[in-house]
This record gives sequence, structure tokens and C-alpha cells, in this order.
Amino acid sequence: MNTTWKDDTVTLARSVNAVRFDAEKARADFPALHQDVHGQRLVYLDSAASTQKPQVVIDTLSEFYSRQYSNVHRGVHHLSQIATDLYEGARSTVRSFLNARHDEEIVFVRGTTEAINLVAQTFGRSEIGPGDEVIVSEMEHHANIVPWQMICQEKGAQLRVIPIDANGDLQLDHFEEMITPRTKIVAVTHVSNALGTVNPVREIIRIAHAYNVPVLLDGAQSSQHLPIDVQELDCDFFTLSGHKIYGPTGIGVLYGKRELLERMPPYQGGGDMILSVTFEKTTYNEIPYKFEAGTPNIAGAIGLAAALKYFRGFDIDALVAHEKELLDYATGRLEDIDALRMIGTARERASSLSFTLCAVHPHDIGTILDKQGIAIRAGHHCAQPVMQKFGIPATARASFAMYNTREDVDRLVEGIKQVLEVFT
Amino acid sequence: MTIAEIQDQIIEEMSAHEDWFDRYEALITLGREFGAPDDSLRRDEYRISGCQSAVWLTAEMRDGRLRLRADSDSQITRGMLALLLRVFDDQPPGKVADAELYFLDAIGLRSNLSPSRANGLGTIVRAIRETARRHTG
Repeated sequence: MNTTWKDDTVTLARSVNAVRFDAEKARADFPALHQDVHGQRLVYLDSAASTQKPQVVIDTLSEFYSRQYSNVHRGVHHLSQIATDLYEGARSTVRSFLNARHDEEIVFVRGTTEAINLVAQTFGRSEIGPGDEVIVSEMEHHANIVPWQMICQEKGAQLRVIPIDANGDLQLDHFEEMITPRTKIVAVTHVSNALGTVNPVREIIRIAHAYNVPVLLDGAQSSQHLPIDVQELDCDFFTLSGHKIYGPTGIGVLYGKRELLERMPPYQGGGDMILSVTFEKTTYNEIPYKFEAGTPNIAGAIGLAAALKYFRGFDIDALVAHEKELLDYATGRLEDIDALRMIGTARERASSLSFTLCAVHPHDIGTILDKQGIAIRAGHHCAQPVMQKFGIPATARASFAMYNTREDVDRLVEGIKQVLEVFT
Repeated sequence: MTIAEIQDQIIEEMSAHEDWFDRYEALITLGREFGAPDDSLRRDEYRISGCQSAVWLTAEMRDGRLRLRADSDSQITRGMLALLLRVFDDQPPGKVADAELYFLDAIGLRSNLSPSRANGLGTIVRAIRETARRHTG
């Protein structure tokens, strides 16, 4: 299969010789999708919360625990060497997936939440002082708000917020004016989990870098839907969650430029992150180990590498085109339902589709859809400021992944019609 | 009627609805008939935390019996509150605290009791029982 990883746009104009994505074939790789829920074929539209796992990831974990398992690093025995090779090999796989320059720029963490906390607690602790400023956006997940709020509160710094407009697009007109000599970092999401908005991150990075301000991209919702090239994006930090890109839970990645990671103090203390310890003085290990105290999530990292290899086995342009076509189809069909209000109609969107249904509470929508075997998410999606912006307590959210089909969308539409029927 | 008698009555009524669609329709109708949204009740101090849909609950003692008022912004939750209050309202608090609650199971709403459920019925039941216990002490 030919894989093109250079272009980060979702513009699909260049599909002349495009390979068509075979979603049915991909579906076959995911055992969890082949079951009935409440007597009907499961329609899984909650991939923005977490994706299902392909058989190859399940088999990799099983093989690792069955035959290859041991603790990593420093072990002199056979299994420890195998486990270490697999774990460090996983780091290389992630590096290649993100097109980072160096393996040591890849730090394994529990997920995006921990990745951002790590940056806030280390970069933030050493670089942010009283009166300094951190810029986030109004569409952030709580995981990209609260860690910054905590460090700002501790340091007497200010959190500044890029507003969004009524469509769910960032209002970047005044972004440049928001950057001051006190701005220490810009932390924004690549793709919004609540609205599906794809942000113009190149523009944000270009502007921030003009003032020597580093940029952290929250890639929890982008890494599984867009090609990611951290060198080309030139972001300073990038985060992803393994379980959202077909990998196991409890594993994620913080990418950071080497010079930044080297400058940052350690995160947590413990084993593996040291070179030498006496009661008088501890010398810290090199990056990335400086940030990986204790026995890491070895199986998680190896499972994640299996997921990334699986993902890269597809033609990325074809995959992006498939998901975009599905989102457009779903948008069109949902817009035909009079009682339905779309929340988030940004210029460019990926995967997620949020809506409300006249007076029906989103949880009630979710409950009635569940009874029909359709899995969606209802709630504030850990983005309460977004809900406040749109003046609603919650939305219903359908989100798509590679294994979804038009038939899933049709089932969703029929399901929503049932919801309306049961409520009238 | 006793708490058990009311539960048996609810089970009998709901068993008339054969499939899930009818049952939820009945629940939603109950929610609708549960009364107009009550602004005097929809206040932060009465809100039960832990439910993703908003649920408000108040309790007071009148003539030795527990008097409950409740509301929610979710129609299905309102329907469940209607059933719960039919069972627990106007009962001696000691009975409310100790009663075995089996009708939810019997009418197929048990899944709504699990703590992960958005509607958090379990949280509501706990809140009612705790209130009852406070009034028995």
C-alpha cells in the first residue's frame, strides 16, 4: 500500500488517482464491532471517546503477556532483553509515525491528559512566573485547561483564551494581539472533541513562533484522522492518546522538541529516571527516561506500536477521504431532520458531529439510541466552556472512525427518528 | 399502601408494555405528567451531584412521614423520579431507609442503576435513603 504522510490538510482535491478506502474490510479486523446490542447489530459511533481495537492489537498484547513479558531496561536475562527491544522499538514506531527527528523526543505517558500535565508541571514550573501568560482556546477539552489553570494559579500567571465564533471556528483575528512578551506557551487542540473543528494550527504556530512562543498541540482527536508530521507542523509539543488511535488504554505519547525536553526539569521521581542516587544528590537520566519514572506501561507501548503499524498500513489519503465523505453524508442527512440543531459547523471538521434535538435531553437521546444498538456519547464532553458558549448543558455526539460506513449513518438517522417518535 | 405494595403495583402496570419502546414511551409520559418544571426546586443547593443530567431533590418531614420533591432536565429521568417518588414519598423514613427496592429490576430499568449510567438513578436512590436515614436518627 502506498502511504503519503506529507500533507496535513483535509483538502481532497487531489484524489485523481486515489485509492478507495475499503471500510468493510477494515471492519472485519475489529471483533467488537461484530456483535448485537439489545438484539440489533452494534453501530459504534463513540470513537472520539475511544476507538475499538483491531485483532492485531489484541494478538500483540496476548503474545507479549504469553511469551515475551518481563520488565524493561537493566535486565540481563533473555526475556528482559526481548521486552526492552519491543518497548524501545515501540518508541521508534511512534517517532516514525509522527515523523519526529529523534527517538528520545518521544515520551510514553498514560495519555494526552498526562502529557499536558507533564508539560504544565515541568516546562510550566520552570518557565512560567508571576505575571506571565498562557494562551489556550475556548474549545479546549478540560485536560488542556485545568493543568494550565493549576500552574497559573500556583505561579500567579494568567490564562488567556482565544474565543470561538458561533460556528465553532477559532476567532484568530486578535490572536496575534493576545501574544505579549509575557506569553510563555500557546496550548491548543488540533481537532475539537466537542465540535469536530479542525483548527488552522499552522497559522497559529507561525504567528506564535514569530514571537518565539512555543506551541503545544493537543492531538487526542487529530492523530487518528489526519496525517501528522511534527517537523512539518513545527509544533513544539504534540500529544496523543493510544486508545483513541486503535491502541490500548493507559498509554499515550508526549512529543517534545529535544532542546525543550532537555531544558525541562523531571516530572516524577523514582526508578528509571535517575543516573545515580545518594541521599545528598541525585543525577537525572537523559531524555526521555527523565520523564518516565517507574516501570512504564510496557504492554501498552507495544500494543500502541501495533496499532500505529496497523493504521499506517492504510493509504492515509484514502482513509481521510473516507471519513470526510462519511461526515459530509451524516451532516447532510442529519440536517434534514427539522428538530435537530447541529452544534459546530466549522469550515473544516473531522470525525465528530454534535447535535441537540429540540426539547429532548441529550442523555435521553443516548438512552433511546442505545436501546436500538447505537452507541453515541451524550454530555458536556469535558468541554464545559464550549457548552456555555452555545448555551446548552450538553450535546449528543456521534463520532466516526475508519470502520464506520454509510449504513451506520442510516441507522443513526433511523434511530433519531425513533427518538422523536418516542418523545411525541 | 406499603412500599412493597406500591412496587408490585408498578410492576403490574409496566408489564402491560411489552417491548422497550412502549416501556420508554410510558416512562416519558410519566415524566411529562410529573408536573411542570419547578423553578423553586431547580436550585444549585438541591442539585444532586454525580448525575450528568441535572437532578434536584428536596425532602422534609411532615406528620412523621418523609415528603419528597424532585425534578430533572431529562424527561426519562423525570419518569423514573415519578416512579421513585410514588414508592418513597409519604412513607415513614425508617421504611424508606430499609426498604428493598426491586421494581427497577423487575421492569427492566436495572441498567439505569449502574453508577456509570448517565442518569445516575443509583445516586438518586442513595440520596433519598440518606435523607431518610437522617430523619430516623
